[in-house]
Amino acid sequence: MTSSTLRPASDYPPGGDAFRHRHLIGIAQLTPWEISYVLDAAEQWVDLNRSGAAKHDDRLAGLTIINAFFENSTRTLLSFEIAGKRLGADVVNMHAAQSSVKKGETLIDTAMTLNAMRADAMVIRHGSSGAVQLIADKVDCPVLNAGDGRHEHPTQALLDALTIRRRLGRVEGLTIAICGDVLHSRVARSNILALTLLGNEVRVVAPPTLTPPAIERMHVTTFTDMDEGIKDADVVMMLRLQNERMDGAYLPSAREYHALYGLTEKRLEKAKPDAIVMHPGPMNRGVEIDSNVADDPVRSTITEQVEMGVAVRMACLDILTRRKRGVVGWN
Amino acid sequence: MELKPLYIANALLVDGDTPRPGSLLVVDGRIAALDPTEIPEGTETINAKGQWLAPGIIDLGVFATDKPAFHFGGITRAALMPDNGPLDGAGLVERAAKGGKPDLWVHPLAAATKGLAGTELAEIGLMKQAGARAIATGRARIADSGVMRRVLAYAASLGLVTIIHAEDEGLTAGAVATDGEMATRLGLASAPAIAEAIAIARDLALVEETGAPVHFRQVTTARGLDLIRAAKAKGLPVLCGITPAHLLLSDTAIGDFRTFARLSPPLRSEEDRHACLAAIADGTIDILASGHDPRGPEDKRLPFAEALPGMAGAETLLALGLNLVRDGHVSPGRLFELLAGTPACLLGVDAGTLAVGKEADLILVDEGTPWQVDAKKMAAWAGNTPFDGMPVQGRATMMWKGGLRIR
Repeated sequence: MTSSTLRPASDYPPGGDAFRHRHLIGIAQLTPWEISYVLDAAEQWVDLNRSGAAKHDDRLAGLTIINAFFENSTRTLLSFEIAGKRLGADVVNMHAAQSSVKKGETLIDTAMTLNAMRADAMVIRHGSSGAVQLIADKVDCPVLNAGDGRHEHPTQALLDALTIRRRLGRVEGLTIAICGDVLHSRVARSNILALTLLGNEVRVVAPPTLTPPAIERMHVTTFTDMDEGIKDADVVMMLRLQNERMDGAYLPSAREYHALYGLTEKRLEKAKPDAIVMHPGPMNRGVEIDSNVADDPVRSTITEQVEMGVAVRMACLDILTRRKRGVVGWN
Repeated sequence: MELKPLYIANALLVDGDTPRPGSLLVVDGRIAALDPTEIPEGTETINAKGQWLAPGIIDLGVFATDKPAFHFGGITRAALMPDNGPLDGAGLVERAAKGGKPDLWVHPLAAATKGLAGTELAEIGLMKQAGARAIATGRARIADSGVMRRVLAYAASLGLVTIIHAEDEGLTAGAVATDGEMATRLGLASAPAIAEAIAIARDLALVEETGAPVHFRQVTTARGLDLIRAAKAKGLPVLCGITPAHLLLSDTAIGDFRTFARLSPPLRSEEDRHACLAAIADGTIDILASGHDPRGPEDKRLPFAEALPGMAGAETLLALGLNLVRDGHVSPGRLFELLAGTPACLLGVDAGTLAVGKEADLILVDEGTPWQVDAKKMAAWAGNTPFDGMPVQGRATMMWKGGLRIR
């Protein structure tokens, strides 16, 4: 199904020109063809991951990848760990809860310590916008941003683009509604950048208290009415609403949010008949999304997104370590 | 030590709009004559070689007594904000006032409330006796309008100006930038620019009621400046100031999460920046200050939202002020009103202009010399300048405090 969009590697300029970045900090630094290059590269890993017992490729054998997560995470950490291991790398996880960060060590000092351990790549998540860039500037190895504050979560946007492309056959010229807590969401920012860059019409559907200021400057249209916002959309992308936003500061209550912005079966009828429903997880069932929508095997892509996540992260780890591994043309 | 009389010849005196050729005589630490005809016996003569001779800069509202930076920048007096300490008692004020003498005079600004907590009046009268020249609300405003009203009335009765930080704390809670495309793209918590105008509006209403003189240390938005303009037209005793950062930079400078551009109030939109330039040209803004707030890597080499606000500004104040002259926003004479004349009036010190009888706080300015701002080579004890790498022109080449040569 992907043959129409998957281009052979020979279509790209030779060597590192296909992806001219040392790190993957954000979608903001990427060009449309670089995004396509990563998506194309991920396809082979989807196939490998589905291939049965021996899901292994040893191209990263001997390399050490440190997953440094300064903010709690289960699924992203696991996804990166599996991605690294499937490529044969030695993967080490560092959780903030177990680290010296709690003892007052500064972020830069922690980064320098990790750097001295000679990692070949670092995957970093941090609760503060810009923190991953700060670390990337100080270390000698490629850094992958696994989410920094409200800023960016590039691999999420890449896996979402891959999911859309595989499900709908293309990821251009579509109408995509991103719904929910856009203000606090790095997933939304990375997706807005990636999806507009690839040539889609992106809508932001959120209560005014959770709509970022001047968001229309990122080439999106804003809606506060959910029914209007998802009308005739090809993709309805829901965002997680964190519990602490529902205590009255941003929203009156969870049930009011569900009534106005929750994705129900009935509400989904406004979108195109073949529209897909996405969610980066973890879901609040019954708040932003109803169970029968989330579990709809035809329309919901939620588990497929998780699957694409591993493939996209394998592609990113492969591409960013090519220089280190001396792959011909990548210097 | 006995001071010899000082004669500075071949200068361009900055005592009117345009520098004019002239000379100046200092006797006993004070300006004795402009263009003197008789020079006393034993006078030391300095040939200014056509450089500008201007009053020493009086930097209103700094956060550290950083003598090397002030001397580099031609600053002879600095009004110290009360935040470090905080300066809320007579003893602390007295000690701060002695901090720089004889070659730098520090004028402490007394904390308006105990511990700058914004709840109880500090001992403003005793601090005045100890040398405080004005009072200040510190890095934040006084949130409680009742407390603010009492502070204003009380300070006014003692003849002291209240120096105000104007940002509404409800709107700015947690924010590290101004609402706009840049903050949204970077994913930084931001506050609307009207947080400033709302705070100014409340305090202007209190000024109107109490008649107390106030100085808004930094007004950085079009709406804030409109309120100040209207208040001045009404004849209210209101002054306002700004730093070069808000005149020359907008929020695009925080791109790449540059913590040196994290300021309080945060950098504004390009429209607001232009409104600030218009306000400095039309006389709405009265004072140009550095806001000198040196911060080391432990405060700045952090993720943007965790870094502390503030910039090291003392060294670049004069050069960036001269930028305003070259760009045609102000005349040289007006620049030194902004840098020295008006601050002297506010603090009630006998300096700040080239006039007979004033203290001889003087600087020679080579206004054309090009140099480049380099955060790594600053005289200040930390190089957190948002102007790193910027080519500028003009620097102080010699300076005197009360007729005593410092540089």
